[in-house]
Amino acid sequence: MKELEYPFNVEYLIKNKKKIKRELLNKENLLEKKIAILGGSTTSEIKNMLEIFLLNYGIKPTFYESEYNKFYEDAVFDNKELDEFNPDIIYIHTTNRNIINYPTIYDSDEDISKLLDNEYLKFEKIWESLFKKYNATIIQNNFEYPAYRLFGNRDASDIHGKINYITRLNQMFYDYQNKTNNFFINDINYVSACYGLDKWESGFYWHMYKYAMEVPAIPYLSFNIAKIIKSIYGKNKKAIVLDLDNTLWGGIVGDDGVENLSIGPEVPSGQVYYEFQNYLKEQKSLGIILNVNSKNDYENAIAGLNHPGGALKPDDFIIIKANWNPKNMNMKDISEELNLGADSFVFIDDNPAERKIVESYIDGIAVPEIDVPENYIRIIDRNGYFEVTNLSKEDLKKSEMYKDNAKRSQMMATFDDYDDYLKSLNMKAEITNFKPIYLERISQLTNKSNQFNLTTKRYSLADIEKVSKDDNYIKLYGKLEDIFGDNGVITVVIGNIKNKNELHIDLWIMSCRVLKRNMEFAMMDMLVKKAKEKNIKEIYGYYYPTMKNKMVSDFYDLQGFEEISCDEKGNKIYKLDISKEYINKNNVIEVSE
Amino acid sequence: MENKEIYERLNNVFRDVFDDESITVNENTTSDDIEDWDSLEHINLVVAVEQEFGMKFNMNEVTTMKNVGEMVDIIKSRI
Repeated sequence: MKELEYPFNVEYLIKNKKKIKRELLNKENLLEKKIAILGGSTTSEIKNMLEIFLLNYGIKPTFYESEYNKFYEDAVFDNKELDEFNPDIIYIHTTNRNIINYPTIYDSDEDISKLLDNEYLKFEKIWESLFKKYNATIIQNNFEYPAYRLFGNRDASDIHGKINYITRLNQMFYDYQNKTNNFFINDINYVSACYGLDKWESGFYWHMYKYAMEVPAIPYLSFNIAKIIKSIYGKNKKAIVLDLDNTLWGGIVGDDGVENLSIGPEVPSGQVYYEFQNYLKEQKSLGIILNVNSKNDYENAIAGLNHPGGALKPDDFIIIKANWNPKNMNMKDISEELNLGADSFVFIDDNPAERKIVESYIDGIAVPEIDVPENYIRIIDRNGYFEVTNLSKEDLKKSEMYKDNAKRSQMMATFDDYDDYLKSLNMKAEITNFKPIYLERISQLTNKSNQFNLTTKRYSLADIEKVSKDDNYIKLYGKLEDIFGDNGVITVVIGNIKNKNELHIDLWIMSCRVLKRNMEFAMMDMLVKKAKEKNIKEIYGYYYPTMKNKMVSDFYDLQGFEEISCDEKGNKIYKLDISKEYINKNNVIEVSE
Repeated sequence: MENKEIYERLNNVFRDVFDDESITVNENTTSDDIEDWDSLEHINLVVAVEQEFGMKFNMNEVTTMKNVGEMVDIIKSRI
């Protein structure tokens, strides 16, 4: 919903949130999550706004809200209500209003360190106690700057200054995040700076209603929290598709000629486009895939991208569509060639008419309303399409991997027999039990895979850690490597052992990067081997259809299972008897454990 | 601005905030007359009214306003 994307109209949101919620609840396939809000000030409106932003991301929250300012008690002491609620996410909304002791001018260096430790340890106790009780992810505010500076500018550097104190306290929070999984900082220090500190907290709403910020600022806070949550549940965008003329450079390359484009340090508008290209290059370094969709002759597009003043070169892009087709058609092709769903893309084009066409034909694509070039970066950045919660090694290599895939397609064209092609790839797989170093990637995959996903069950990192320690599960991951490169961990199977000799497959997912490589058969072979070691006699497979997983609707049929039931929604249950002989299906991948 | 226009615009704000098209406010309307009008929704109402009329209530006014009529009097004195 456009109204919930940056830049949004706060007035409209506050007034119409009930209507917006009603409309968003009509969406299909909403992911249900339980969110506990533990507040150090009033949180009611924060909850309401968070709800609509999450619904817009396809997440349907139910909430637990602590009593006013009971965040500490709720976390540390026995709390039956919260136990029963059993949260997936715990958001701790504390602000500088909750800092109990600030240094005074009489305090020594040592006194202040002790003060800091006490303040910090109170929070650490909250987090540790929550982690002990719940299998949940914690989101914790850092602290925003205070409303006044007793020392003036010296407040920042003097150990007695509030600014200095808050800065040190924040750093202690960051240190905790850096050594803790499932813990994320909600950076209200940055959000309040963007909003304007004077407007963020004028005192009125605190004294009237115990809100630690202005009510009109709340949508910005809630949006920021929603971005973290949707990222945790794998709803980030994965790729950017860019127009060229007046988007990546000033001018029209076909009309003006390469030498007359505005790009590079010589002129102000050239600098603006250079900075934008540089921003995109930075995104690419985090694994975001760049592509081009432009109405241009191909040669002109490449010439423009080779302009010496630009930060991006043709090599930085995976797919370059420069032709005269309608952009929605190009977009569809790009989505198919990359094997990524339409909702993985952000489309950037300076032309409102092109944006409209792409938006109306391509369901789920994000099309930010960029206006003037100097605002491009801010509008894309504030929307948090690529919010980084966990960064895996695979993410950093993603662009290379997609390049490798392009090479594989070229090679495939030279073979008549598909098996010969597969053998020529010299594939080597590692398939074995979950290992600690891969848990983060595994959880990420369970949240990102939509197409090759039999049950669409999502697992947070905490869930995966639990499964990995539980002997009642067979849990395998698969890595695949070939002559063109290493794909990393690309498939996961989780089976639950029940009634001693039955294995029920809760999850079977695979990245679409490795479709049609017979990796799913190699996984099946290993699953049967591991199951036999545990004296399993029967394996049960489940297929739950969604809008996106049609490609695996006959997966268990292909694996030789027998369908035993199918309900009116198309949910199917399959069975495979492995007490008899099982013949391995994979003969093109060399597998190690 | 005429009283009539203020009431019309105010009525729309109430309908949006409480998501109820059947609401019609008059000078005697109080929070007892509208089911969802509790102290938390009151804040949102105040913010929405302020934005609609481009004015601000002060702390004293927010706490002492007794009915819609008093709200309209304050709006009238500000715009």
